[in-house]
Amino acid sequence: MSTTGRIVGVNGNMITAAFEGAVGQNEVAYAHIGELRLMSEVVRIRGRYADLQVFEDTTGLAVGNPVTFTGELLSVELGPGLLGQVFDGLQNPLPQLAAQCGFFLQRGVYLPALSREKVWEFTPRVKTGDRVTAGDTLGVVPEGIFEHAIMVPFRFHGSHTVVDIAPAGTRRLEDVVARLRDEAGTERDVTMVQRWPVKIPVELFVERLRPAEPLVTKVRIIDTLFPVARGGTYCIPGPFGAGKTVLQQITSRHAEVDIVIIAACGERAGEVVETLREFPHLTDPRTGRTLMERTTIICNTSSMPVAAREASVYTAVTLAEYYRQMGLHVLLLADSTSRWAQALRETSGRLEEIPGEEAFPAYLESVIAGFYERAGLVRLRDGRLGSITIGGTVSPAGGNFDEPVTQSTLKVVGAFHGLSRARSDARRYPAIDPLDSWSKYPSVVDPADLALARDILHRGAEVGQMMKVVGEEGTSLDDFVVHLKAEYLDATYLQQDAYDAVDGATSSERQKAVFAFLARILRAPLRFADKDAARSFFQRLSQATRDWNRMEMKSDSFRDQEAKIQALITEAGGHV
Amino acid sequence: MFKVYQRIDHIAGNVVHVKASGVTYRELAQIESRRGESLAQVIRLQGEEAALQVFAGARGFATDARTRFLGHPMQVPFSEALLGRTFTGSARPRDRGPLPSGQLTMIGGPSVNPAKRIIPRNMVRTGIPMIDVFNTLVESQKLPIFARAGEPYNPLLARIALQAEVDVIILGGMGLKHDDYLFFRDTLEESGALARSVLYIHTAADPVVECLLVPDICLAVAEQFALQNRRVLVLLTDMTNFADALKEIAVTMEQVPSTRGYPGDLYSQLAARYEKAVDFDSAGSITILAATTMPGDDVTHPVPDNTGYITEGQFYLRNGRIEPFGSLSRLKQMVNGKTREDHRGIMNGMIQLFAAYRETLEKQSMGFRMSAWDNKLLRYGARFEKEMMDLSVNIPLEAALDLGWRILADCFEPAETGIPGRLLDKFWPRKM
Ligand SMILES: Nc1ncnc2c1ncn2[C@@H]1O[C@H](COP(=O)(O)OP(=O)(O)O)[C@@H](O)[C@H]1O
Ligand SMILES: [Mg+2]
Repeated sequence: MSTTGRIVGVNGNMITAAFEGAVGQNEVAYAHIGELRLMSEVVRIRGRYADLQVFEDTTGLAVGNPVTFTGELLSVELGPGLLGQVFDGLQNPLPQLAAQCGFFLQRGVYLPALSREKVWEFTPRVKTGDRVTAGDTLGVVPEGIFEHAIMVPFRFHGSHTVVDIAPAGTRRLEDVVARLRDEAGTERDVTMVQRWPVKIPVELFVERLRPAEPLVTKVRIIDTLFPVARGGTYCIPGPFGAGKTVLQQITSRHAEVDIVIIAACGERAGEVVETLREFPHLTDPRTGRTLMERTTIICNTSSMPVAAREASVYTAVTLAEYYRQMGLHVLLLADSTSRWAQALRETSGRLEEIPGEEAFPAYLESVIAGFYERAGLVRLRDGRLGSITIGGTVSPAGGNFDEPVTQSTLKVVGAFHGLSRARSDARRYPAIDPLDSWSKYPSVVDPADLALARDILHRGAEVGQMMKVVGEEGTSLDDFVVHLKAEYLDATYLQQDAYDAVDGATSSERQKAVFAFLARILRAPLRFADKDAARSFFQRLSQATRDWNRMEMKSDSFRDQEAKIQALITEAGGHV
Repeated sequence: MFKVYQRIDHIAGNVVHVKASGVTYRELAQIESRRGESLAQVIRLQGEEAALQVFAGARGFATDARTRFLGHPMQVPFSEALLGRTFTGSARPRDRGPLPSGQLTMIGGPSVNPAKRIIPRNMVRTGIPMIDVFNTLVESQKLPIFARAGEPYNPLLARIALQAEVDVIILGGMGLKHDDYLFFRDTLEESGALARSVLYIHTAADPVVECLLVPDICLAVAEQFALQNRRVLVLLTDMTNFADALKEIAVTMEQVPSTRGYPGDLYSQLAARYEKAVDFDSAGSITILAATTMPGDDVTHPVPDNTGYITEGQFYLRNGRIEPFGSLSRLKQMVNGKTREDHRGIMNGMIQLFAAYRETLEKQSMGFRMSAWDNKLLRYGARFEKEMMDLSVNIPLEAALDLGWRILADCFEPAETGIPGRLLDKFWPRKM
């Protein structure tokens, strides 16, 4: 029999309940108002009292109202049909909620995440007598472009023998597809859906590998200068309006991965709507199918319940782990991790815990580290590789990176894409600061060229700083040209027009070719009569190169433009 | 029919504690003290004790004040008859008109299901080049004006409201100066827009906490109009006063503050209001323009800072002009690709040059020699400020784009502008 209790206090979304019996930390409970049940999670237990954060608006709750405890941790459903879906932080499917409740989210309405009616074409992959363990594939169903593995439920311990396996044919989610016997002789049925508690990592792999292969995002400044690796982690801190969300939106479209999971965590609903409405109409050039078929959106935006915001990032990463277990490469984009940290802060404040810096709880750092640790490139039992790459935005108060969430995140990620207000104000998009940002992962371009480019960027910035002190007249022509070269590289390569069909996404092949070409320009010894002549030359060169960026690679105009740029360089006495 | 409690146990700031049973969270109560009546709302329940925030303020309250719980959270009546009316911050008539009747609507209701939103698609024309060209306003956008106290943010709000093609205007005043209230009322009246407006005005003379109700009331009413297919524009001024009232209550309740005394949930509180802006799938829309004054002209102050993370951009008003840097309409790209083909080119090109002009100004102020290029920029910058930035300029978007090309052509060679060659070929004005 499940434990029950009574409300003794309500403080915002935090309630306190007095209970009889056993209650577990992080267990799900429901607070009742008449017919209505509001889902909540136990966040602290003190004697006979449990503090619960309610995943809903608590208006109308009263002292004395009943609370029922479920004994289950907060869990999600895993099975075919997750892709292309839009869920809230607790995995309620939003379109289905809309069909049932209309324009507004109605509290206390919970729907199953996956369709029970839909039929799937099942093909077995094991036979009677085979030995399997949790996470092994029992059979497959096609889910869009993927072969979706129906696996031994992750919670099954130890080795199992296949007693029975369903033959090929159509199955519904809850149909039994296999019967397994564990070492103690207990037999259990397996369907195509399983549940897993979101706060517990799925670690059913043989080993974790070091992320070494680039994950191509088609954003030049990222792939070339501050690359991301499959199975790696990165963060994008930046003040509001600097371009965090746009950068993630671009990445969600163009990234070369199998599956993208978007966790819209505590920010604007409108931004999710763009993805939700556009992706079904955009084709993924890699597969020729719509982008939606490789995407799942977890949407818990800023006006949705705060406690579910925290759950949303865990829901997202659990879905990512599920697909990684099938040998797929998954990219998880979380926007913004600061909102989740703030949700922790709100909860901690209501629990009257001793606050740390800026009132964030003292355990913030370990919670953030634990989340990013769920990324990784892994080798599965059958030898295949799977990966989860996590990219999280950070929204620091006042745009100052010297704050707890940014600092805790920087300690654990492999790449840092710091957005700068100065760059976004000057419309230098993407506004990733080329001097402050860093990455521990390998680039797609030639290392020697890269070293040269970094050197020019640094020296160019130094000259720029110096000119602020001594003026243009106090700067030598050579230094001035270094400055112009740095500005040129910035304007034509680091900056990228997200809204241009061609410039918006640069393949790694094109990056290699163009970057090598630009490196030759940077090396070319150019001669100018004076600074005005140099400036005017680089203005024309920039103009020509930016136009080049908007031309399809391998088109005639692309080749013509390349020749035009070469001619310009020759004119200045250089040679490329 | 509702229980009346004759005793208040505890009074601190504008929060009182009453021992009561059967009270629900966020329930409304009527408190009668020797000084008069006030609405109050339950903000915490603990055992037998309910904490209530008193909207009219608890100053002068005695422990024998009578508390009558009303059994429901705050509601406002909604009907067409609201149009043309003016109310106080707690929705009582301010215009000597009758008590409003109509269907009661809960304020602070649930948020819209994101699946029922559509991508905003209609430009709101303002005739202000700094908005129309550079940071286009879009129907259903939520956008604050960041300004120091004393900047003309209220006239700007009024001007946009009158120019915009909307069906209903709802004005929410929070700590509004009485003169400013009269200014809004008279402006709306003179232009004939009052008949399609509803005003909820909390003035600087009213009890501080009462302004907490204003955004929720305005937005609940706006939502009802929008559900009836109307395009609604909500003006909220000044949201910093709202945030300060939240802070006051949080301090009284001894909540752990996050930055500068503001509660840790300031972001969520503001977001709950701003996210009411919406373009409904198969119904009307709500656009929100809000004034957010910046204490100390500091954009990193928690109120503008949290606001900027929530809203879809912001207009910076500085020295009576909309600053190009820092000002941002995040929704502009939803519409500026469909206005005129040179719109984006002009927008990006002119701003990048203006950024270069600002750098040159800095160099000039340090006494450095101006190069030929610097001199071009100086000429350009002066014209940009006079012909584009000045708020007295009132021209349609297309005229503003044409003007942009003229200014560029008068100051630069085409290749110096950084504008795509395709556009230069087509739009660069021929020299006379
Ligand atoms: N790569 C880009 N190209 C062009 N404009 C951009 C780019 N990134 C950002 N912007 C502009 O800046 C605005 C704010 O960007 P956004 O990503 O929403 O900022 P943040 O998430 O950091 O607050 C966008 O609406 C867009 O107008
Ligand atoms: Mg963002």
